[in-house]
Amino acid sequence: MSVIELSDLRKEFTVRVKTGRLRRQKRTVRAVDGIDLRVERGEMLGYIGPNGAGKSTTLKMLTGVLMPSAGRATVCGLRPVADRTRLALRIGVVFGQRSQLWWDLPLRDTFALLRHIYRVPAAEHAARLARCRGLLDLDGFLDTPVRQLSLGQRMRGELTAALLHGPEVLFLDEPTIGLDVVSKQAVRGFLAELGRAGDTTLVLTTHDLADIERLCERLVVIDHGRVVHDGSIAALHRRYGSRRMVVAELDAALPAPPALPGAPLHRLEADGRRLVFALESASVAEVVAGLAGLATLRDISIVEPDIEEVVARLYRTPADG
Amino acid sequence: MAEPATLTGAPAPAQRPRPGAQRGAGGALRAYRALLGAQARSQTAYRTSFVVDLVGNVGATAFDVVTVVVLYGVTRELGGFTLRETLVIVGLSAFAFAAADLLVGNIERLSGYVRTGLFDAVLVRPLAALPQLLLMDLPVRKVSRVAFGLAVLLAALASARIEWTPARVALAVVAPLAGIVFFGAVFVLTATVSFYWIDSGQLANSVTYGGRDFTSYPVTIYGGWFRALFAYGLGFAFVSYHPALALLGRADPLGLPGWVGWAAPGVAGVAAAVAALAWRVGIRHYRSTGS
Repeated sequence: MSVIELSDLRKEFTVRVKTGRLRRQKRTVRAVDGIDLRVERGEMLGYIGPNGAGKSTTLKMLTGVLMPSAGRATVCGLRPVADRTRLALRIGVVFGQRSQLWWDLPLRDTFALLRHIYRVPAAEHAARLARCRGLLDLDGFLDTPVRQLSLGQRMRGELTAALLHGPEVLFLDEPTIGLDVVSKQAVRGFLAELGRAGDTTLVLTTHDLADIERLCERLVVIDHGRVVHDGSIAALHRRYGSRRMVVAELDAALPAPPALPGAPLHRLEADGRRLVFALESASVAEVVAGLAGLATLRDISIVEPDIEEVVARLYRTPADG
Repeated sequence: MAEPATLTGAPAPAQRPRPGAQRGAGGALRAYRALLGAQARSQTAYRTSFVVDLVGNVGATAFDVVTVVVLYGVTRELGGFTLRETLVIVGLSAFAFAAADLLVGNIERLSGYVRTGLFDAVLVRPLAALPQLLLMDLPVRKVSRVAFGLAVLLAALASARIEWTPARVALAVVAPLAGIVFFGAVFVLTATVSFYWIDSGQLANSVTYGGRDFTSYPVTIYGGWFRALFAYGLGFAFVSYHPALALLGRADPLGLPGWVGWAAPGVAGVAAAVAALAWRVGIRHYRSTGS
């Protein structure tokens, strides 16, 4: 059995739109419009989409916060809303813009409190806390009231709070939003460690695709409440024809554009002195060797496909999933 | 801070939880007690403002009582009731409202919890949502009001020349408790409106605080449809008026039979059941906000 199973999951909201001085019109917004998804134990899933695509709404339905309008969802074999409190013992949740911490208390007290709330045996709690303290470098601010913490410090506290009961599934909604580069790296590094242990299933929504590239092998892209891509990042590049590029700078332009097998010419720049080849079946070495026979090479560089660009394209093109 | 070091050999962060470990009522009770403790510590973190609040809170309730006493300075009777009799009504109402306000009153901040996302945070914890919210925000400083309300009630009962029977003693204990349950139910019921309509605070206030003022006087002073609505439509007559009649041994000037005064616990029970149902339905309709 998969840890998370969604079948035809839907959530509709009715909103009232002002159309006149007194008149209001009801409109139905399909925030999540029929999502099917299975996530296996230990998977790290990146769940992305533009603003309003339905990412957070999906996560809220999986954590028992929101009741689905239709369809089925199970997490750890439980129905999130009906079995909310039982499920809560087995999942961890970090909402980047919702705090689980007690504002006026030091982190240390929040953690002690969570031990009671989640009914965790003292020894287990202490072991996990010790581990998080080391990995997330909490010791410098464990006794500071949460309201005085920086965003990065607070987020490290949130992560710890979500893990102290040893959840099977960790849901993270924008865990790096607003963080500085150093804190972002710390959070990513920590999550990568967690993923390497292979025990925890991780579902991550983010706007920062670097999070996904660093952490997730599987990427689910949603737009307008539907899945438009489900697969690896490499598969996404293949599907949308984004390839690695070889950029060659020559001393002088060639009389005719060169034809290299397995690496079609993508672009000519700088009056023909800069050539951009798309790598299909050829290797970088083959391209370099082929060019070296034709002209004097001044510089060679390789450009990795830009995931941001691919995803942006994905949002614009209506896909049937 | 540095990138975390590798952790070979460290205990896995996610050992399978053992279902059943420290589960059950005892565990939940400990959890709620811990929540309450945290709340008390948070509030006393601002010590001076806590003391000021403690004193200020008595003021509000004292003012209600003084109003009644002042009214009797101009008239000997109000709606057919003397000051001593009315004070029993005032005491029942003041104590029940103050206690309900202490225990449940902060649920009127529900729309704020919804807006700030605290409600989402509460829903992902393994405890019932309502007790969590109440304990996380229990206004400890309102304890002073409850003490004052209780003092008024005891003084009124002592000076009203009640002919005490075992049944009346029981009613004197049960009626205030029923009043607390009733006001608590009203607080919850009006707050659930914000699951549907976030800016519903003023409507909620007019029912809860309107109800409190209504129960501070004999219902005979109110007229027509207004009395019918608040006293029997919403049930506020059972908080203080009818129990007071039964305690004082007076017949209802409006002609309802004597046993009605003993119906307070039943009415409170019905109100609590309705409130619980509304809460459950409300949570299912909860829409959350933003991301």
